[in-house]
Amino acid sequence: MTAIIELNGVSKSFGGIRALRDVSFTIDQGEIVGLIGPNGAGKTTLVNVMTGVTGATAGQVIFCGANVTAQRPYQAARRGIARTFQVVQPFPRMTVLENVMAGALFGGADREVNVRRAADIAREQLEFTELAALADKPAGSLTIAGRKRLELAKSLAMQPKLLMLDEVNAGLNSTEIDRALALVRKISERGVTILLIEHLMKVILSLAQRVLVLHQGELVAQGDPVAMVNDRRVIEAYLGEKFARRYQEGATGA
Amino acid sequence: MMRLRCSVFAVWILALASTPLWGDNYIVHLAITIAMYSTLAISWNFIGGFAGYPSFATSAFFGLGCYVGALTQRAGLPVSAAWLCATAGVGIFAGLFGLIILRLRGHYFAIASFGLVEVLRLVISSSDSLTGGGDGLNVPLFHGGPDFVARIFLAVMVGIMVIAFAVSILVDRSRLGFGLRCIEQNEDAADMVGIDTTRYKIVAFVLSAMFCGTVGGAYASWTGYIDPTDAFDAIMTIKTPVMCMLGGVGTVLGPVAGSASFLLLEEFFWSHFLAYNRAILGAVIVIIIFFLPGGLLGIADGKGPRASFRRSLGRWLKGGPVAVP
Repeated sequence: MTAIIELNGVSKSFGGIRALRDVSFTIDQGEIVGLIGPNGAGKTTLVNVMTGVTGATAGQVIFCGANVTAQRPYQAARRGIARTFQVVQPFPRMTVLENVMAGALFGGADREVNVRRAADIAREQLEFTELAALADKPAGSLTIAGRKRLELAKSLAMQPKLLMLDEVNAGLNSTEIDRALALVRKISERGVTILLIEHLMKVILSLAQRVLVLHQGELVAQGDPVAMVNDRRVIEAYLGEKFARRYQEGATGA
Repeated sequence: MMRLRCSVFAVWILALASTPLWGDNYIVHLAITIAMYSTLAISWNFIGGFAGYPSFATSAFFGLGCYVGALTQRAGLPVSAAWLCATAGVGIFAGLFGLIILRLRGHYFAIASFGLVEVLRLVISSSDSLTGGGDGLNVPLFHGGPDFVARIFLAVMVGIMVIAFAVSILVDRSRLGFGLRCIEQNEDAADMVGIDTTRYKIVAFVLSAMFCGTVGGAYASWTGYIDPTDAFDAIMTIKTPVMCMLGGVGTVLGPVAGSASFLLLEEFFWSHFLAYNRAILGAVIVIIIFFLPGGLLGIADGKGPRASFRRSLGRWLKGGPVAVP
């Protein structure tokens, strides 16, 4: 398997706060990788660095063999790096269809997409994400679950090679989560590499082939999802040392 | 829908262009003014409407166009070449200035663009040796009687207006227009889907400047004399966005409808209520914009003025925001 994206010693400081410290990992073509860590661990900052929203203070981001550390967000989009936002970012007064068309028109490496072709691509993606019935509604009128789907459809219309899903399940109920899970699986089957940023262990355990654990800006562990969930360092990161000990004593005692 | 808009526009152009056949010189003069302001409003719409950047730089571009046109004409260039120089010069200036100013957003951009008008006015006023300073500049006059000259400039102003409108339709239907509308709604998200927002905004800013330059050059030749206060008019720079809001911001026909109705209202109140005309005009415009946030074209969109008015009034009575489009 070949690496699609590779981070070498990436650090990011905001003034005195070191949001990322010397993070290095690779993601292979076609993988589904989970990224977990407690609030404030630097997960979103990591995605921001990978998409050029914020520059890295040190280190390199290599995408498909090219050094893209200094790229701007629109360049990342054209290279085939797409992301969804934790806080959804629609074009509120455009229709659902037009939102997805924006992804098809401007994202992705194919510069030949005209407005009519973009509408066709957008309709396909709406069909795929089961939003077709809402195509002519203004994006601002969708429910949260609908908006998350719209983010997905928009990212998919960009025909990405790497798709980063930032808490795509946050704020959804369990039926909606099941639908979202099925959708992510279908996207992966199309050959898209996926980085999944998640708090919900259910999602990580059922989708991710490998998990990266971020704690206070450092990559503290990576490996098999089940092993990671039971890893002492991971439990400590989430619960703190004292409760981690109690939790593990409880687990062995029972 | 597009065909309907184009036919409405064509009828309006015919009405303006045919004024010498049925109206007196006052009517022709009014038609020239309407065509001129329509071009300014269509231009403003590129940056203020499509991209949502509230520019107050209209007078800066118009005034610069006046001076580039006047100076090149005085230097011996034929009139049409002088107008082209004004167009290109102002376009290039806007491109360079846009590189700096388009990093600002919202109110900051608005203030900076307004500052441009004042700065240019002061620079031109104090460059006596080149621009004549506060004494102004004489521009070579057209030969022929007043009727003939008025007809020439009517044709010129209407011609520029048609070109600006055509460009506006092209932009509206193209990737550029789509991208600008994305920027208007959510600039960060636009960046994320792959729109080179800086480049798009600069193109929109240049488009919003170019035709103001042409119109400025033509205006200088029409009046035969320009001075800094006339060329860099602060009222004009505010009138233009108000016209767009009156007609419908971000639509193709809105600026045309807005500038026409603004100027016709202005003339009407001027001739009927000499003492209070400004106050009445101001009140009418505030009421229209307050209760019809989509502009006059919002009425034509099928929801009906009464429904829109009632909704806005309801929100206002409850103390909420009124102008929610």
